[in-house]
Parts: sequence; structure tokens; C-alpha cells
Amino acid sequence: MTVMQQTLSRLSRRRFLIVSASAAGGLAVGFAMPAAADTGPVSAEPWDEISKGQEVNAWLVIEPDDTVVIRVAKSEMGEGIFTSLPMIVAEELGCDWSKVKAEYASANRNVRESNIYQRMGTGGSSSVRRSREYLQQAGASARVRLIRAAAAKWNVPAESCSVKDGQVIHAAGNQSLGFGALAADAAKITLDAEPAIKTPDQFTLIGRPLARLDTAPKLDGSAKFGIDTRLPDMLYAAVVTCPVFGGGVKSYDDSPIKGKRGIVTIVPIPGGLAVVADRFWRAKEAALALKVDWTEGPAAKTDSAQFAAEYRAALDGDFKVATQDGDVAAGLDTGKKVELLYEVPYLAHAPMEPLNCTAHVQADRVDIWMGTQDAGGALARAAKTAGIAPEKVYVHNCFLGGGFGRRAINDELEQAVIVSKAVGKPVKLVWTREEDIRHDRYRPQAAIRFQAALADDGTVNALHARTAVGSIQRSLGVSDVPSGVEPSAVEGLANLPYKVGALEVDCILKNTHVPVMFWRSVGSSQNAFAMESFIDELAHAAGQDPYRYRRRLLEGKADFLAVLDKLAAAGDWGKPMPKGSGRGIAIHESFGTIVGEIVEAAVDAKGQLKVERVVAAVDCGHVVNPLTVAMQIESGVVYGLSAALFGAINIKDGAVVEGNFDQYQVARMADTPPIETHLVLSGGSKWGGIGEPGTPPIAPALCNAIFAATGKRIRSLPIMNTDLSGTT
Amino acid sequence: MVALIVNGKAHQLDIEPETPLLWVLRDELGLTGTKFGCGIAQCGACTVHVNGDATRSCSVQVGDVDGAKITTIEGLSADASHPVQKAWLAEDVPQCGYCQSGQIMAAVAFLAQTPNPTDADIDDTITNICRCGTYPRIRAAIHRAAAAMKG
Repeated sequence: MTVMQQTLSRLSRRRFLIVSASAAGGLAVGFAMPAAADTGPVSAEPWDEISKGQEVNAWLVIEPDDTVVIRVAKSEMGEGIFTSLPMIVAEELGCDWSKVKAEYASANRNVRESNIYQRMGTGGSSSVRRSREYLQQAGASARVRLIRAAAAKWNVPAESCSVKDGQVIHAAGNQSLGFGALAADAAKITLDAEPAIKTPDQFTLIGRPLARLDTAPKLDGSAKFGIDTRLPDMLYAAVVTCPVFGGGVKSYDDSPIKGKRGIVTIVPIPGGLAVVADRFWRAKEAALALKVDWTEGPAAKTDSAQFAAEYRAALDGDFKVATQDGDVAAGLDTGKKVELLYEVPYLAHAPMEPLNCTAHVQADRVDIWMGTQDAGGALARAAKTAGIAPEKVYVHNCFLGGGFGRRAINDELEQAVIVSKAVGKPVKLVWTREEDIRHDRYRPQAAIRFQAALADDGTVNALHARTAVGSIQRSLGVSDVPSGVEPSAVEGLANLPYKVGALEVDCILKNTHVPVMFWRSVGSSQNAFAMESFIDELAHAAGQDPYRYRRRLLEGKADFLAVLDKLAAAGDWGKPMPKGSGRGIAIHESFGTIVGEIVEAAVDAKGQLKVERVVAAVDCGHVVNPLTVAMQIESGVVYGLSAALFGAINIKDGAVVEGNFDQYQVARMADTPPIETHLVLSGGSKWGGIGEPGTPPIAPALCNAIFAATGKRIRSLPIMNTDLSGTT
Repeated sequence: MVALIVNGKAHQLDIEPETPLLWVLRDELGLTGTKFGCGIAQCGACTVHVNGDATRSCSVQVGDVDGAKITTIEGLSADASHPVQKAWLAEDVPQCGYCQSGQIMAAVAFLAQTPNPTDADIDDTITNICRCGTYPRIRAAIHRAAAAMKG
């Protein structure tokens, strides 16, 4: 029986949250624990500080029974960091993995103790690669102090002791002690210098496909997401906000909800209203029944067709050069010229758990329960909104029901804090799916134009790429981007891996009133589609095989070639396929990781598309957990597949047309092929991210497969807008 | 008043009969394992069993299931021991985990009707949305559970 199976049975006796107002008016948060020492490796309430033992350092606590509680300062949204980050600490600590538990680190403590947990924001596929060294250091430091504590007890040199499976061992003296018996002494020891951390060749735990620690509570309904928060005396809120971004409430008529059961009040929020009630469903029905007259502004006259025309036109207007290498203008005057335009729409994130936040604002304290990708940012925003010192804000991060970038900026938190402050009670504010789709911060719409000139042998004399795309930084108000070049706008273009005679990449930042933000893989989500489609078209123009053509242009890039060759072999490149079927290939580097994907697709006479198989080859340098890496590639592929096949947010009269999954379609079981992941690890100093890099190659690989099957190129997403009937 | 038998326990509820069953389970009874995802029966995150049938509880008015026997994820088994839950564990299905209660409840009802499912059967019937893309692992887990339940 595995550890996970053993722990499954324990989880039925769940702890539950008790909250009571203290005499001083503060909030005392505690937990009733019918079986306190008998919980699984991850509590169903991951914020609850299950650690009751001796803190050896801020990252880990050791209990008398040798249980090691490792704190995770990033957000678990499915990517698996509740397993992979503890593995990094445990690698150095030398503990017994079956006795490891994980819990969230405290964002409040991070404020009080000068960023002891470093940056808690979770994004940019950065959790492992940006925190690995300090997590290794935390584990190594604790190990050395445990050894010193034992050596002092035995009066032997520390050098004669070692650790194994949660024990300090003095082999010569035939002595051993568990970490639990040493933790209190170890905590008092200070080191003159931090110990060296392991190099990858010394890893024994890292690299193993260990089962996730958070699976058990996700199988029986016990895992607590923000939306599952329940507090005594809690009220619920539903929101209505102006359909046109940037607009607000002119006036409203609340007569339709007067006298309705459970309605408490209406609270103004930025751009809209929150209806507060004793139950969510009553609040939501009332919010929909309100008659609101909106101030929509000039953006109410805009629509998607106009935006598409404007982005295309912008390609001929002012631009900033992001990358220039050689004389592109001269190069484009030579050889065979290919010029093509690629277009992508706005995309919503649509995580499964609609946005929500539970806030309890009191005079001297604010408590927040939610799933956020940035507990530190959430804390700061709650403090600012409530007008309270950050030290007095407690963010109880929950499991996130998906993130994909959407939960990096917490608009719902601001709303919940405003409402709780207004009513003086804890309030759970929940968005409907329609609010989620219509008030997202979207993947930017873009138009990307390429020009290239090919020599007789098909090599590229010059390549000129120009993108017109919304600025995320301007939309978020974090920067005006005075240079006119935003790195995320040109990522996947400016870092072109292919050998070309001359290269120029231009950037045109152009925003509409539609807010934009990070969407899984950010700029690479659109730029890889454009770039890898265009390279495929160049191969075709040169009369060469798309795999071999890429191979030739990647000459000398050993890591790209290793991925490409493994991909071609595993993906049966070149093997015959039946009529109406085809293979497409794409390769792209993002977040430090190279991912190549081959898609097999079939199109029938009616134009019905079936994605039959996806093979991925991945070089992320090293892996902490091959299981969670494979899961992230599968996840990235399916997320990108949804967007490639169906994803489009359309604007009409300034507002988003789509409201729910009937209109904003996403991939389901029947749309999803088998997905194989092959690791091609180059090692060395490379540590690439894994949460996002699986997404960029899937759209171009699929479109290239459709071309191979049908001869029809798709240069504007989503694919469902192209009629494929009669192509095979 | 509306009467429900939820996970074997009888409840009498003073509730508007048009309230969706989902919100009765979550907010009246505190059974938060059943999730809100769309509110229009599109995503299946709210799937429960009503008299044994997989039902998207967001789109069923509680007044229409007066007297019914409801099973939620919390009542599927003691100790997560149902073969479908065990198969989900063995295949490492969950990522964010939010949709998985609904996926598991849908799969349990599906296997009761279709003990030897083909991939095409799964495609046709398991239509719940998962934004993490756990579909290939759900498919494998359904086949694994089917084999286990045949014993």
C-alpha cells in the first residue's frame, strides 16, 4: 500500500474551521482537530498551519514523531508545487519522504519578517527555477544543524555523523536519533557559514516521479478552495458590473428586489454594484434582477471587426524596433519573397473555479480567504483597500481552482474587502461564470506580419516580423512602457532560434478599452502560433520537409536539435498516413524550456476535424518530478488546444459577447487526444519552467497538421472559424 | 418545505423551491465538495446522483426533487474507497482538483450503466469540463475502475 493510500483513509476524519470573535473584537482562528496528528500530507485546508512542532527555520517544522512540515510560499493551482517544492527541501534535509507534509507559508509573516519567503507570486513558470536554490539552502542548513545537535549530544565530531531517512546517524558509535528528538536543539544552533548545496549529480529524491501530496483531498470533496469558505455569521455577495470596460453605474432601480427573502443591502463597487444576501443564490438572483442604467462611454461603439481592422492597419503605422541583426531591407530584396499575416483574438482564462473572495474586515485586522496566485500582492491590495497596515492583514490562501494567470491580479478581493467593510461582517463574494468571462483581463488580440526572402536552397536571407498587440503593462497600469517595446509582446519573436541572414522584429503596442493580462505562456501564446506557422510555410515554399527544414535552420543548436530529433522519432515523423490525415510539427522555447510537439489530425469530407495524437518532447534542463512535468505538458497542450480550436472573445457594442461555456467553448474529453511526453534533458546549468511551455507549440503544430491533411492554411485563430469541408 | 435524503440523511428545508439543488447542497447543508462552475449545466462540476442518476445540480430546482435520494462526493464512500476514487488516485488524475468531484460522480454513474466502456462511450458520456486538461488520465482511470469493478 502506498503512502497516499494509507493517508486516504485518514482523511475522512477531517478537521474543520472554527472562527470566533475574541473579547477584544479580534478574530481568533483555530481548528477543531478530532485527529490532529492523523491528517494526510496536505491538509484539506492548506493554510491552516498544521505545524505544531519545532520550527527549525521559516521553511520547515519538525514534529516529535519525525514528521516534517515543509512550507510552500507559492500557490498550488494544479501545477504541482505542493509536491515539487517540498521535494527540493527534503532532498537536502535527508528526511523520510513518507513523513513530509506541506502547508502554505504565511504571507503576513513575509511582510513582518522582511520577505523571509521571498517573492510569493506564482507565475512565469518560475516556482522551481527561481526558488530552487534557496529551498535547497533551507534544507541543507537544517540538516547541518540537526547533525550538530546530535553530535553535541553524543560528544562526537559533527563530521563523523550523517543523515538518512530522517535520522542522524553516528555509524562509528552505532548511534542514531530521529529528527524529532533533535529539532529543539537544532533550532538554537546558528551557523557561521551556510553549507554548500547539492549539485544535480548528487540528487537522490529530485528526479523521482513521486505521487502528488495533494491528491487525496481532491478525491473526496474535502479540498477547500476559496469558494468553499464558510464562516459563522458570513454573508454572501454577487456582483453586476458595467458590460463595457471602464464604464460605471449611472443609476439603478432596486424595486425588483425589494422585500425579497434574505437580501441585506446593495454596496457600490468599482464599475458596478454588489448585492449582499444571506445566501449566494439569493444574492445572485437579486443582482440579475436589478435594473441598472450604465455610463458606458465612447467604447460602447466598438466591436471585434473594427479592432481586427485597426490591428492590421497598425502594422503600417509607427513602430519600435525590438531586435535588429543585419540589413533586413537589403536581404528582403533578394531571393523568393514570402509575406503573410497571422491574427489572434482576445482570450479569456476561464479557470474552473469562478473568481471569489471571502473577506472579513475589522477595525484592527483583515482576513482574506481565497485562491490567489500572489498571496503577497493580495495582502497588499487588501491593506490598501481596507486602509489598514499590511501587518494586520492575513491571507489564508486556499487551493486554486485553476489560475492560468487570471488569479495573479485579484479584482475580486478588492470588491470583497469593500463589501465586508461596508456591512461589518465576513462576506463571501462570488462571480458568476458570466462575470468571469465578461470581466476577465484577457490574452491580448494581435496581428503579426512576417516577410522573408529565401535563397535558392531555401535558407532565409532575411526575416522581418512585426506585431501589433496590446500592452499588458499599460493595461495593468504598472508602466507606460516608454521604450514602446514590451518584452512579453515580442517573446517568441525577438528570441528567434532559427538561423537567418538578417532579422528585424518590430513592436507596436496598441491597446483598446479591453483589459489584457498574462494568459498561460503570455506572448508566446500568439507569437509561437505565428512564427511556427510561418516557418512551416517557408519550408513549403522551399519545397522541403518541415522537420528537416527546421533542423537545417537550427544547425549548431544542440538542445533544439536534440528535442527535434527525439520528437521526430517518437512522433513517427515521415510515416505514411491515410488520406485526409496529416502530421504537423512545431518547436518553441519559452520560460527557459524547449518544447516540440507533433500533432496527428484528420479532417473528414464534411470538414470535421479530429485531433488524434499529440507527442511532445521537452528540454527543461532538469526535472524535480517527472510525473508533475508530464502532467503539466498534458495540461498545457489541452489548454492550448481549447484556444486553438475554439477560443475567441468577441466584442460587440464595447462588451464581451460570450458569457458561458456554451459560447466560450473549451476542449472536452472527445476533443482530447492521447498525449505522450518525452523528456530530453540537457542538464547543465539549465533549469527551465514547466507550467506554461507546453502551450505555445500546440496551435501551430495542429494548424500545420491540418495543412498536411488538407492543403489549407489557417492563419487566423480559432480554427473553428475556418470551414474545412471539401478539403479532403 | 422541501424534503431531501442526502448521503443517507433526511433533511427538511425551509427553502424557495426554485433554488438550484447545487446551492442547497453547498450553502444550506455545507456540502462544498459539489462545485459551482457555470450554472447552466455546461461544465458538470456540480454533478451529483439523484436517485442514482448523474445530475447537474446547478440546473435542477430543489422543489423538483422533493423526496429524492441525493448522493454527493462526500457520500460516495467512506475513506475514498470507491473503485473510481482509487482509480483516480492510481492514475494521478487531479491537478487543480476543482472539477474532480463532478468528474468522479459522472464516472461512477456512467460505469453503473456502461460497465465495459469503449473510448467512444467515454467521449459521448463524460462531457464534464476540466480546464487543467486531465482528460487523458480520466479516461485511463475510468478504464482502470471498470476493470477493478469487474473484479
